[in-house]
Amino acid sequence: MSKSTLNKMTLETEGETHVIVTRRFAASPEAVYRAHTDPKLIQQWLLGPEGWVMPVCIYEGRPGGKIRYEWTKVDGSKGFFITGEILEMGPEHRIVHVERMHIPDPTPDNQVETRFDKDGAGTLMTMRMTLPDVQTRAMMLASGMERGMEASYVRLEGMI
Amino acid sequence: MLMNFALNLDGAFSALADPTRRAILARLAKGEATVSELADPFDMTQPAISQHLKVLEEAGLISQRAEGTKRPRRLERAGIEAMDEWLAMLRKGLEKSYERLDDVLAAMEKPKKEKRR
Repeated sequence: MSKSTLNKMTLETEGETHVIVTRRFAASPEAVYRAHTDPKLIQQWLLGPEGWVMPVCIYEGRPGGKIRYEWTKVDGSKGFFITGEILEMGPEHRIVHVERMHIPDPTPDNQVETRFDKDGAGTLMTMRMTLPDVQTRAMMLASGMERGMEASYVRLEGMI
Repeated sequence: MLMNFALNLDGAFSALADPTRRAILARLAKGEATVSELADPFDMTQPAISQHLKVLEEAGLISQRAEGTKRPRRLERAGIEAMDEWLAMLRKGLEKSYERLDDVLAAMEKPKKEKRR
């Protein structure tokens, strides 16, 4: 199997308010967990599409700890930021946190549970988001639409 | 540009938070309709429907045109497509992030192996 097949990300909705993301990594749960909890490492990869950097990355890795990620375009033009708080860490490799995006008004809190489970020689990461209603319900748009929005529906289906 | 995009979409997603507004969009997906045609199936007054239509219009999801005294509403495809694109971007952004994480993890492994030697 090719690496891309093995490491394919999945993104699915669950119920009315959840989105589940899974991804496999060729590293131990300890390593993947560390890459998610060490701000110096987070800063290197959590950058989204090409052309963005994260000049500010605060991750206080303990229950009650604060999260703040600030992204800007490479050329320094304005960007946006996320703030959050860590609710639980552990047992084992599990994190529960809430986050909100500021664009610039804060979006409703998104609660995220992230697990890192041993999967053969690697790790299966599972991220379960309890989405702000607005987004989740936006996803619902797809299933509520008919005919005239078929193209949109098909595309949404493919994405979610 | 992303900022403007995000700001407009914020309104679009908020507009979709309401089940009546989603149902209105589903109805308009089949073709344009007047306020009274839209009010009918919902057991709502026309002013109540008009309020929902206003929210959808401000979010860029629907538009209206004048036809005599009637003002039929229809879907604003650009607004709907912008939402699609935003979702695709989210997904792509996430995938891109995890590809980078693969590299970060590979780099984390190396020094450890060298130490063991």
